[in-house]
Amino acid sequence: MSIDLSQFHQVFYEESYEGLDAMEQGLLEMDVEAPDDEVINTIFRAAHSIKGGSGTFGFNQVAEFTHVVETLLDEVRSGDRAMNQSIMDLLLVSVDCIRSLLQDLQAGDDPDLTQATDLKSQFEAILNGESASSESVGEVNSEDNTAEPIANEGGGKGYKIHFVPEETLLQTGNEPTRMFRQLAEVSDDCIEVSANLERLPSLTAMNPEHCYLAWDITINKAIDRSEIDEVFEWVIDDAEVVITEFDLSDSTIEEQASEQIEEPIAQAVSSEVESIAPEPAADKAPVENTAEKEPAKAKAKAKASTPESSSIRVSIDKVDSLINMVGELVITQSMLGQLGQNFDITRVQRLQEGLAQLEHNTRELQESVMKIRMMPISFVFSRFPRLVRDVSRTLDKKIDLVLSGENTELDKTVMEKIGDPMVHLIRNSIDHGIEMPDVRIAAGKPETGTVELNAFHQSGNIVIEIKDDGAGLNKERIQQKAIENGLIDESTTLADEQIFDLIFQPGFSTADAVSDLSGRGVGMDVVRRNIASLNGSIEVSSETGKGSRFVIRLPLTLAILDGQLVKVGEEIFIFPLVSIVESIQMDDTAINNVGGHSDVLQLRDEYVPIVQLHEIFSVNKDEPPADDNIVVVVETDGEKVGVVVDELLGQQQVVIKSLEENFKKVEGISGATILGDGTVALIVDVSGLSKMSGTSIKQIDSAHKAA
Amino acid sequence: MATILVVDDSASMKKMVTFTLQSAGHTIVEADNGAAALAIAQKQATDLVLTDVNMPQMNGIELCKKLRSLPNYKFTPVLMLTTESGMDQKSAGKEAGATGWIVKPFNPDQLLKTVSKVLSR
Repeated sequence: MSIDLSQFHQVFYEESYEGLDAMEQGLLEMDVEAPDDEVINTIFRAAHSIKGGSGTFGFNQVAEFTHVVETLLDEVRSGDRAMNQSIMDLLLVSVDCIRSLLQDLQAGDDPDLTQATDLKSQFEAILNGESASSESVGEVNSEDNTAEPIANEGGGKGYKIHFVPEETLLQTGNEPTRMFRQLAEVSDDCIEVSANLERLPSLTAMNPEHCYLAWDITINKAIDRSEIDEVFEWVIDDAEVVITEFDLSDSTIEEQASEQIEEPIAQAVSSEVESIAPEPAADKAPVENTAEKEPAKAKAKAKASTPESSSIRVSIDKVDSLINMVGELVITQSMLGQLGQNFDITRVQRLQEGLAQLEHNTRELQESVMKIRMMPISFVFSRFPRLVRDVSRTLDKKIDLVLSGENTELDKTVMEKIGDPMVHLIRNSIDHGIEMPDVRIAAGKPETGTVELNAFHQSGNIVIEIKDDGAGLNKERIQQKAIENGLIDESTTLADEQIFDLIFQPGFSTADAVSDLSGRGVGMDVVRRNIASLNGSIEVSSETGKGSRFVIRLPLTLAILDGQLVKVGEEIFIFPLVSIVESIQMDDTAINNVGGHSDVLQLRDEYVPIVQLHEIFSVNKDEPPADDNIVVVVETDGEKVGVVVDELLGQQQVVIKSLEENFKKVEGISGATILGDGTVALIVDVSGLSKMSGTSIKQIDSAHKAA
Repeated sequence: MATILVVDDSASMKKMVTFTLQSAGHTIVEADNGAAALAIAQKQATDLVLTDVNMPQMNGIELCKKLRSLPNYKFTPVLMLTTESGMDQKSAGKEAGATGWIVKPFNPDQLLKTVSKVLSR
């Protein structure tokens, strides 16, 4: 039988990553002084599974390295070794190392073993240094050969085996006849078995569950001694097993004959063995053939397998609900089918009901399909405790990380892309936000700073908050820096929010010295851009001395959008509903011209730049502009823009199709969708639109103030 | 062919073992840990139990002890899936009534060979 092991690799990787996460989490929450047994057990089990799996699936480098990790953990677990900070650090680095080995393997690369080798020697130094209880692989493998060693294997020698099992042998599920059958297999039936009834008690004294027989076995064939050892491997400690060799040429036949006459019972046993023996012997040959080919093949396959065949685990509930919905959909479909077969006008009512039900089913089905892609944000959050620990140790700061809302779900694609921006923000909070312990104490704050991560759902969005109780953003320094960089001039007066918003401008950094951590050339502008590419937004608020708060808003999914359909000329455009603040109807007098080139709308006490959608997208409008304008006020990056359209149509969920993949990238358009009547409608990229309008609220504000 | 109870908390190992044994024509009953396996064993007799040792909830040693107290499992072969470093596991397993062990890492052929050792035909 040949089984392709590579088919199990993906599951192995997934469970190993999970195991590594569990190890990391366990290590992070562990109290070094008094480690919790259950936590250590969990960590040990994870390492143990990874070692077992990696060995089985042919990843020997991983297995070898994990072995030393496991050995050390085993000592800690059994109480032979006390946990300490340096062991904990070493274990944490090892988790990273194993993860990177696995990632290399998964990507089909040869793993880089430099770190593993280095760490391995550190482990070995610890293991050999103090403890006596460590086991090496070599020692272990030799253990089975406890029977007297016989140098000469095969070479015309047969074997006599004296086998006296303990009475309790059967209670471990071991069965002598099975063992004899196996011996018959390996010796091609050249075997004689005779039972020794000496120990058999009287019937009344007999315990039917005990084994009272002993056996003498003669193997009349030169076979490998290890084959015999293997048969007795499991019972060697519970039985007297004496194996002696004899020369096959001499006494074999003679002895055989005498034993057969003396011991009729032995004959019975032996013939039983013989009668069943040919069958196993027959199917044994192919087994051995494939045994040699198989590992090589598995290795070749493993290399060929493509990386990144990403998969998600879905809870059975979600799948069940999906199946349930499909069932309902099928019922509705057959109901409508029947209705259509002999339809007349009297049944319109039922048709409408059916269609309403179909709509209901479709929506539910869509929602449950979307839910499949939804995963708890804890997948992203879980890496931050480690990050915070490492960074705060590097900086000698004391920081508590508080996580909440870990079970808030969001789309897997969004999740994958939000990790990096969050890492950057959290690093910033620790690096620039939280002060050194002495500074904190001097400011009357607790020595230990707090970084809070929170996630929750809010009107079709997921909101992620990153809050710290550090020094807060330094307004003066931001302003000064912005002036230096030419982002603003000295005369500009800005509201606090606008000042804070400057940190998201390209090329802006307040860090005086580029630190190892945050100032690595990736600025907040990149963070904002990444979030914007997910149709999300980021805002910051801050109070000097109290801390800062970053709020990221993201759509739950990238595949579907709640849209507002609008009409301009003959074209239909779609605005993401989340970005619409309000839609208003107003006459021309509300629109003023500022600075001679841009229109603004006075909206209560605010001024909002106006964009004519038909101008931007060059839509032909036959009719002269109506007196009453419909203005859709949208908000992006904290700025409002009023978009003038002809008509508001309905609101509906639309499936986003990429325009870039099917046509090309168009500025101001984020995608397209196909409407119910089959026409294509373009989805407006609100932030792109506000850029295209060429006016920003700041300019307008200042222009207005100047006026 | 035989009905085999496979107990392992590692999904990949369990999948591999199950697939291999199913390919050889056996019927497989799966459990994620000792407690789940015991619950199955209380309802159903099987021809062989293959169990991992290190598992949450109930480990393989504990499972084996408990199985031996069930009438249906008094003589049923129980094999431990153990690792090379777990020699003390082997003796603990034997004490608990395990029939034998399969040392990890093993390949499908080794698994089938070992299983055939304990299955009566």
